[in-house]
Amino acid sequence: MDKKSLTKPTIKDIPQGRLGMWLLIAGEFVIFGGLMVAYLLYRIRYEEWAEMASHTNVVLGATNTFVLLTSSYFVVKAHQAAQHKDSKKITIYISLTILCALIFLIVKITEYSQKLHHGFTFSGKELAASGKAIESSYWGFYFLMTGLHATHVIVGAIVLFIVMQGTRKGKNFHRIEVAGLYWHMVDLIWIFLFPLLYIAN
Amino acid sequence: MIKHGNQPWQKYIKNKQTLTNKVKQSIDMDTHKKHGFWHRYFFSLDHKDIGFQYLLTAMFMAAFGGFFVYVFRYNLAFGPNDIPLYGDLAAKQYNQLVTNHGAIMIFWVGMPILLAVIGNFLIPIMIGTDDMAFPTLNKISYWIFLLSCVVLLLGFMMPTGAFGGGWTMYPPLSVSDFGYNNPNTTFWSNFFTGNTFFLLAVALEFVSMLMGGINFVVTTLNKRAKGMTLMRLPIVVWMVNIANLLFMFSVGPLIAGAFMLLMDILVGTGFFDAYRGGDPILWQHLFWFFGHPEVYVLLLPSIGAVGEIISTFSRKPLFGYKMVILMVLIAAILSLVVWAHHQFVSGIDPGAANIFSLLTIIISIPFAGMVLSYLGTLWNGDIKLEIPMLWALGMLATFTFFGGFTGLHLGSNVFDIYAHDTYFVIAHFHYTLFPTVFLGGFAAFYYWYPKFSGKMMNKTLGLIHFWGTFIFFNTIFIPLFWLGLQGQHRRIYNYSQWNDLLMQPEHIMARQIATVSLIFLLLVQFVFLFNFFYSLKKGKKASKNPWHANTLEWQTDSPPSHGNFNPYPIVQRWPYDYNHPDKELDYCPQTES
Repeated sequence: MDKKSLTKPTIKDIPQGRLGMWLLIAGEFVIFGGLMVAYLLYRIRYEEWAEMASHTNVVLGATNTFVLLTSSYFVVKAHQAAQHKDSKKITIYISLTILCALIFLIVKITEYSQKLHHGFTFSGKELAASGKAIESSYWGFYFLMTGLHATHVIVGAIVLFIVMQGTRKGKNFHRIEVAGLYWHMVDLIWIFLFPLLYIAN
Repeated sequence: MIKHGNQPWQKYIKNKQTLTNKVKQSIDMDTHKKHGFWHRYFFSLDHKDIGFQYLLTAMFMAAFGGFFVYVFRYNLAFGPNDIPLYGDLAAKQYNQLVTNHGAIMIFWVGMPILLAVIGNFLIPIMIGTDDMAFPTLNKISYWIFLLSCVVLLLGFMMPTGAFGGGWTMYPPLSVSDFGYNNPNTTFWSNFFTGNTFFLLAVALEFVSMLMGGINFVVTTLNKRAKGMTLMRLPIVVWMVNIANLLFMFSVGPLIAGAFMLLMDILVGTGFFDAYRGGDPILWQHLFWFFGHPEVYVLLLPSIGAVGEIISTFSRKPLFGYKMVILMVLIAAILSLVVWAHHQFVSGIDPGAANIFSLLTIIISIPFAGMVLSYLGTLWNGDIKLEIPMLWALGMLATFTFFGGFTGLHLGSNVFDIYAHDTYFVIAHFHYTLFPTVFLGGFAAFYYWYPKFSGKMMNKTLGLIHFWGTFIFFNTIFIPLFWLGLQGQHRRIYNYSQWNDLLMQPEHIMARQIATVSLIFLLLVQFVFLFNFFYSLKKGKKASKNPWHANTLEWQTDSPPSHGNFNPYPIVQRWPYDYNHPDKELDYCPQTES
């Protein structure tokens, strides 16, 4: 019995950085999952929210979806380059990814300023004052979910930048993969948020 | 000579030199066992030191929690005026003390002791490795934990005073003075309130425990010693890991909810504002989706440690090792779908209430299986009543007979609607958590104290501490069961203001018995504190394996040096081979073939 179990494979083959990142991603999904389920329950309950949802800008949202998907492609390319320890290519692709993140954030800011301009604020005080009390809390969800996601985009971009600096010194190539996993998660969460907030009205 | 070190071979040599320097440094760290105070308690990367940091911080916070309960219990029994060491207690302060007592005892005492201390100190040694998978992350998680303690205590200095809306933070009460409800407030005036600081502190604590949890699970999966298969892990390692996974999968919705509540307070969103379409009940769902698994997050490490102790001091293999793991997994999964039993009187659908009742009662089956397998371990064992064993048996008995059985009653919505918001619930809750956190925690503490300090604890003082704690704990809460069934409502600041609220002499007497017992319970803890520091200085030196136990931590020095093992152990068998027929000794370490 002893010898047999000594040769048994354990899960030790998974690099620990990757394993830790998978656990973190699982945790993040439960956080966003809680928000999305809460949002969906309200959304089903209130007819009024459909009208509010039609005020979101589908074109800008679609642009952002496209930008994030492209950035995920660049991360995959960077990961491929990391497997060959090609720090020049990594620098190019990660820079492109960070550029995508910046475009995403600029589009997001444009969107936010449009919304604020129309009186759709985070707190919804203005809407509530004009007699649309129930509609006002829609924008709480909109800003909280997209804002939390944008925070993740910022964090992800910073992490990618730090990891890229490390690879330029010729070390820690495996970190590209781990940071890349995080970036894919950021992308995937947006894939859930986009139809929920923009398309379904 | 080539001047610039750009050639590949030069880089290679340079790397090798830095590597040797690093090795030298780590050797230096080994030889310099006496680190400075700051180094050991703030900047250490060693898992044992970090565990010790958590332990000291949790003990510090426990002092606050204990003092708060003394003040408000004194008020309930003898009136709000002239409380020794405190003075007069106003109604608002009463709410603040109750709220913070609950939150501190669960989030800043229970969680760090049972997850962080047991996890940090035991996991690497028990699986036979030098340190955690991510030592830096481990250190950062402690710092965030420390920050959360500071933020919580800062809440008491805010102009509005500490948060007093109950540790469950139910809106609308937790929002009512702020945000949309109070047009005179601004973002910053909402920020510097006890409510915001309380929420931030809880959020920081969750972040810290999440980081620790990821670390524990990765360490267990990836850094096991050679031959340490999953089915050879000590039961406490299994339990800590299941608890961490359970925590990670249940806390997310509450973090989301905490963001929402924070925004309701700070900027006046309407997530939980019924007037604007929000739903206060949603908070209860988000909170209890975490809140119920949280009880098991605390319970599992504790009952895992109790399992180790019972097996060691019965000199018998743990009965049904695989069954215990299976039962715990079932209980962990079931615990994710029972949360609404906390909301039977909050206005949920009666049909749903029946389903949640049923699921709640079903969850007792895996726990009954677990307790049975512990009893099976004790059965016909060569039981040695050392101090840790007393604590472990005390934990098992009180948790099962009082906490578990009254849980069955409260799980049924028919009875819960009657008993809800009475002291019956309080007594039930404390009969689950006090044995879990304190009886189980002290069992683990007395059991592993020789390992982490290298000294034996004084046995007489240990006996006084155990019997004092055990007896006074029961005499606090048995009267509360009775008071609850009589109909004594919780959340009342001063019963004498309402003469119809159980002011008969026997009720007053019961409250006073509970309070006096509590004061004695707190005093007995000073015996423990004295024993802790006295034994650390003057205790008898502990051998490698004072309890004759099998698990890996007992095969290395007491206290283990930096790096734990030299050489690394190779595991040959499972951890519970006590009284093995082929062996001369009544125990057989995991490293022995």
